[in-house]
Amino acid sequence: MAEHYKPVKYKPWEMTLEERFQEYHPALTEREAVLEANRCLYCYDAPCMTACPTSIDIPTFIKKIATGNVKGSARKILEANLLGATCSRVCPVQELCEGACVLNEDEKPIAIGRLQRYSMDYAAERDIKFFKAGESNGFKVAVVGAGPAGLSCAGELAKLGYAVTCYERKAMSGGLDTYGIVVFREPVEISLAEVRMVEELGVTFKNNVSIGKDITMAQLVEQYDSVFVAVGLGNVPSMGVPGEDLEGVVDGLDFIEETKVKKLDEIKHGKRICVIGAGNTGIDCATIARRLGAERVTIIYRRSETEMPAYHFEYQFAMGEGVMFMFLTQPIEIVGENGKVVGIKCVRMDLGEPDHSGRRTPVLVPDSEFVLPCDMVVTAIGQEKHNEMLHALRAFGVKEVKHYISVDDETRRTAHHKIFAGGDCIRHKGEASTVMAVQDGKLAAAGIHKQLAGAGTCSTDKKTVSAPNK
Amino acid sequence: MANLEIDFCGIKSPNPFWLASAPPTNSGYQVQKAFSEGWGGAVWKTIGAPVLNVCNRYGTIDYKGTKIMGLNNVELISDRPIEVNLKEIRETKRLFPKHTVIVSVMVESKKESWQEIIKRIEDTGADGFELNFGCPHGMSERGMGSAMGQVPEYTQMVTEWVMEVAKTPVIVKLTPNITDIVVPARAAVKGGASALSMINTINSIMGVDLDTFTLRPDVGGKGGHGGYAGKAVKPIALNMVSAAASDEVVQKAGLAISGMGGIEDWRDAAEFMLLGATSVQVCTAVMHYGFRVVEDMIDGMSNWMDEKGFKTPADFIGKSLPRISSFGDFDLGFQTVARINQDKCINCNLCYIACNDAAHQCIDMKTMQLDPDQIKMQPVVREEDCVGCDLCSKVCPVDDCISMVQIETGRPHITWNELIKARPEILNDWDKMEEYRKTANIHIH
Repeated sequence: MAEHYKPVKYKPWEMTLEERFQEYHPALTEREAVLEANRCLYCYDAPCMTACPTSIDIPTFIKKIATGNVKGSARKILEANLLGATCSRVCPVQELCEGACVLNEDEKPIAIGRLQRYSMDYAAERDIKFFKAGESNGFKVAVVGAGPAGLSCAGELAKLGYAVTCYERKAMSGGLDTYGIVVFREPVEISLAEVRMVEELGVTFKNNVSIGKDITMAQLVEQYDSVFVAVGLGNVPSMGVPGEDLEGVVDGLDFIEETKVKKLDEIKHGKRICVIGAGNTGIDCATIARRLGAERVTIIYRRSETEMPAYHFEYQFAMGEGVMFMFLTQPIEIVGENGKVVGIKCVRMDLGEPDHSGRRTPVLVPDSEFVLPCDMVVTAIGQEKHNEMLHALRAFGVKEVKHYISVDDETRRTAHHKIFAGGDCIRHKGEASTVMAVQDGKLAAAGIHKQLAGAGTCSTDKKTVSAPNK
Repeated sequence: MANLEIDFCGIKSPNPFWLASAPPTNSGYQVQKAFSEGWGGAVWKTIGAPVLNVCNRYGTIDYKGTKIMGLNNVELISDRPIEVNLKEIRETKRLFPKHTVIVSVMVESKKESWQEIIKRIEDTGADGFELNFGCPHGMSERGMGSAMGQVPEYTQMVTEWVMEVAKTPVIVKLTPNITDIVVPARAAVKGGASALSMINTINSIMGVDLDTFTLRPDVGGKGGHGGYAGKAVKPIALNMVSAAASDEVVQKAGLAISGMGGIEDWRDAAEFMLLGATSVQVCTAVMHYGFRVVEDMIDGMSNWMDEKGFKTPADFIGKSLPRISSFGDFDLGFQTVARINQDKCINCNLCYIACNDAAHQCIDMKTMQLDPDQIKMQPVVREEDCVGCDLCSKVCPVDDCISMVQIETGRPHITWNELIKARPEILNDWDKMEEYRKTANIHIH
């Protein structure tokens, strides 16, 4: 984590539970923001902007903070990314904009994420509304799944004059932004405020509605001019080891969700916790377990730190939180007594030859079994595919890649002319993030608009001037 | 969104942001690109007498890690032939009829030369002229530029020559390298000018290289004075714009003013306009960052206008002029004292040392217990001795830590001019002054 990401002084033993779950990075003060904004070189054709999946005009929004036009700054961000407030908090900026900052060479990168949050907070505190619904064009679009991809698509379409209805299986909208990101990275209110912004653009939300149960895909395709599928992925899959049904074994995403919707002191957790899997969810689960008060938290991962999917800054953060890592270790059984977890049986692994993904394959070390005593096991080994949705879509001729929905790169359209898709459910190449989902929503909205209204997306009528021949 | 259109002595412009006559307006390509990015107008780089340029042409003042607080140049007027410039001006105006194209002119001091070029330029369809009486280097040595602007009689004479033939508005651009800007401004009025623009660049030498002893900029081992511009000159420019804008002769003649000198963003522009400029001109910020800076100028000014309830620039142009006064008319009874917010103080003690060494020794370091387990030395103002000079709050690095608070001391609210009218004896007699101070409750330690 870059040096300027100084967290609040964190002394858990002196803090209440609520205090431990406050946002980890404090907001920038006005002075800090102006100083940091003035440090930005205002590069032309800036690499930070290219590195942002939603192509936010970063130098421009930062320049506007420097000139005191923070309202203009916020507008610039939201024009490119309706979920700018969430992205400013959850984006892996070191991998994206800040990682591309030219100042990485000689000093330190501009704190782009925190500056973006500064502008977003400014607009939120003043309740500034930047957009309104476009004049109705008579078209109706259904959005399935009100996560970041769905919200982005719905919002962009509403701005263009479409009547949009979002179908969401959960009670609250926002998807993983609302339910799946630990509160000390993003408070739930931030995500819900974004839902409200989209709602205020005239989008109808139908919550607690499951496709295939309450309404079918066929009905949606019949009733709407276009359908955008952004259902994300499912729960954590089974590990396929004995003991997974014991009391004390929990799904990592459910565990995170509890901290988002429940009172913190009502969350049941163990004292000695094993987290299986070293991805983003694993890190989140392990760190919230520590902050909830677990004494010993161990992340168990069958490969080494080189192969783990978590970002390096997440790894460092977890270590700073006192999380222990047990690499090259594979769980083979969850051990129970009286129906409750009492330990986890593991074997040691060694790394062998690279597999098809280029990562070295873990190989069992014979006779290396051991039992690690624990009273809770959190599984975080990825997410299941939405097989029901995939099945329903097959009836419309929608194609798949490795159980992800296959879409056109430019328009996010599937093989069926009325069905578009985006977000985690199309991300067959691995890495998935909120900001990529937002961009999917934008592209799909443009694709739908191009198809239905027959209009281009970037109808800038700027005169172009070509340089003289020298 | 606010309407940013302006009427500059009859020239309608989509917004008040114009490019100054300088390298960014050297060609049709540049001006057309600038217009397409939002600039409301451009003053074409001065055309006129044939020239040859040198290099290097620029020197800068970089301040504490930040580049280009000030920029100086020794580049001359356009080194492209007049015909080429006229062709591109005509083409630019044809492509962008609603944008303002002003052509800057400078030729030798002959009536025929001035009148001939004015007629040729007018034929292009440009909206007006700017007479370059300000260029301080290269051209001045040939009797042009600031050599004309520094002699009010020349300024008036050439303006009269131009006015005889010009059909479109004529802006006279003034040099700051004079003692009182009002004198050449009045000369322009006498010559019949339609408008004024200021300031041109300031005579300057940017520095000396401590290893090679050459000057900056270094022209093959030699150097000389060049024209200074950029943020550093803004206060000088603001003073000159406000002096011209509040001059009764200029006001009576109704001359519009185009203000420039250190405008980097919309806030700078708004300040020039509050002090009487109808349009503003920008160069250095564009030299540093490109034409794109205009987007935030438009956006920022428009947001500010919405917030303040201004519908058009006319609602605020000159709004701060009535506040321009002079020392003799300030209220001698207006008293402020510094108050330090101890909760915000970070103990840098810069206020203490500034007051102690450079002001009036009225801040003490006092032992204070701010919380139960900490006793610290804190700077505390002795209010009865504070003269209200405001130096401490200026050096304080923390926002809103030291504030200047108005207090009533019982001093009469009287101006210096009123006072010396009532008590002329205090002007030359320290005893009388002391006597008055006692009666007025003014104690100077």
